[in-house]
Amino acid sequence: MKDKVRVAGGQGFWGDLLTAPIDQVRGGQIDYLMLDYLAEVTMSIVQKQKQRDPKAGYARDFVSLMREILPDCVEKNIKVLSNAGGVNVKGCAEAIKDVAVELGLNGRVKIGVVTGDDVLGRLTEFLDGGVAIDNMDTGESLSEILDKVQSANVYLGAQPLVEALDKGAQIIVGGRLTDTGLTLAPLMHEFGWRFDDWDKVAAGTIGGHIIECGGQCSGGNCQFDWEAIPDLANIGFPIVEAYPNGEFVITKHENTGGLVNIPSIKEQLLYEMGDPKSYITPDVIADFTTIQLAGEGENRVRVSGIKGNKNTDFYKVSVAYTGGWKAVGTLVYAYPQAFEKAKAADAILRARLDKLGLRFDTILTEFVGVNATHGHLSGEPRADIPEVQLRFGVRGQSKADVERFTKELAPLILTGPPAVTGFAGGRPKVEEIMAYFPALIPKSLIETKVEIIEA
Amino acid sequence: MKIELLKLAHARSGDKGDTANVGVIALRDEFYPLLVREVTTERVKAHFGAMVKGAVERFELPNLKALNFLLHESLGGGGTLSLMTDAQGKTFSTALLRMHIEIADDEAKNLGLI
Repeated sequence: MKDKVRVAGGQGFWGDLLTAPIDQVRGGQIDYLMLDYLAEVTMSIVQKQKQRDPKAGYARDFVSLMREILPDCVEKNIKVLSNAGGVNVKGCAEAIKDVAVELGLNGRVKIGVVTGDDVLGRLTEFLDGGVAIDNMDTGESLSEILDKVQSANVYLGAQPLVEALDKGAQIIVGGRLTDTGLTLAPLMHEFGWRFDDWDKVAAGTIGGHIIECGGQCSGGNCQFDWEAIPDLANIGFPIVEAYPNGEFVITKHENTGGLVNIPSIKEQLLYEMGDPKSYITPDVIADFTTIQLAGEGENRVRVSGIKGNKNTDFYKVSVAYTGGWKAVGTLVYAYPQAFEKAKAADAILRARLDKLGLRFDTILTEFVGVNATHGHLSGEPRADIPEVQLRFGVRGQSKADVERFTKELAPLILTGPPAVTGFAGGRPKVEEIMAYFPALIPKSLIETKVEIIEA
Repeated sequence: MKIELLKLAHARSGDKGDTANVGVIALRDEFYPLLVREVTTERVKAHFGAMVKGAVERFELPNLKALNFLLHESLGGGGTLSLMTDAQGKTFSTALLRMHIEIADDEAKNLGLI
């Protein structure tokens, strides 16, 4: 058994710094690289891509990345865990296999393919079988939106990932895997932790929570003395250096920018937090009020004392369904009386939309530079404010009405208040809304599958 | 004296559906009891006014010298449904830190605030 294991975070979301995982692999010693590609909204996007092209439906960025780093990973025996598979896990795994062959690594790469999270084809079966699938927030039954559903995936935990590692997989690809499981699984595999050793499972989970947003725990988006955080241009992404007893240190490679200290870790611990005593994943219920932090020299924070409780008998299932249409457009008004002009333009636009008889569920006006983020808390702006951006959005069930709205913004330039600009981008884009329906589903209904394919 | 929370805490916020969460962390450990006493759910609810349509919940993390607030129905529907610039509630952190709390001059002196 190793006396320590280093798991590096390489991607906080699909669209994060492309160089970060490359730097993690080449900038120092690591044993594992975890890559989180899936936000909730991503699942419905990849589902749409797959509808247009059956070969699509996964994070292609992951394939480009593997083309770059697979030789390093093979040479240094770094294992990669990722949820880049989206709704086409097998397609993604095949693409990685092709890359391995292309790089001449035949016979040297085992790819673990984790499936079972995609339950889109099983929803009717569940409902017909009398399984109650109700919205956790509103209590609404799934049957009421069933005809509008685009994707449905359960959040899988560390278990199938540990199985894949035990079977010798070097690159693991799954779909809707919890981001915490991507960090926890290597520790369970290496240290032989039991799945009912709740304190250790909670520790690995919290380690995962800290690094799952990449640079957001190593100096990015950090409020504490932000101006003193060095060299964010070369920000080092985080590494969990874990020990068999469940303690771990958060750190980053030497000669990188950013900062790992107690305030930066505290901020990330609280990110997207609910009840801190009850952080629920498929693997455990972790208690964030038991975490102890201690500085351990430059860019090293030790995390210890973590307690966890038995996991639940349910998986969370995230269902995406079409929820209407929306469009948002902007115009910029300049000094003098910038705010007054923007407010007048808003009133004119609303009157015109009203006259056209367009129907929307919601209309939202924001004045960027005045109140778009902090609302009334910002107070009244100065009279000589240099400019204000009018930001106007509509949402409704009629695509035609939303489309008609997008043609009413540009005319304001010649037919509204003066000193207006900022319409170079053309008409606002009409977007289909994906709404979310979070629910719980008994674990006994879900079968996960782990396959190993060899390049 | 009145003091802005910005002088006492740092914060990070995020989203879960239509709920924003704000983690408020004492800038120095000795400020934490003051936060517990003064930054109550009622005051946070009143501070945000119409920006938070639902309830406010508060959780204590004495180990991190931090409070976590859940601000329900504050993101215009949340996720892709929302039309707001800040649909993910990222700036609710500093919006909360705009709050002012009352503190006795003696206590302020003891805490090194004046």
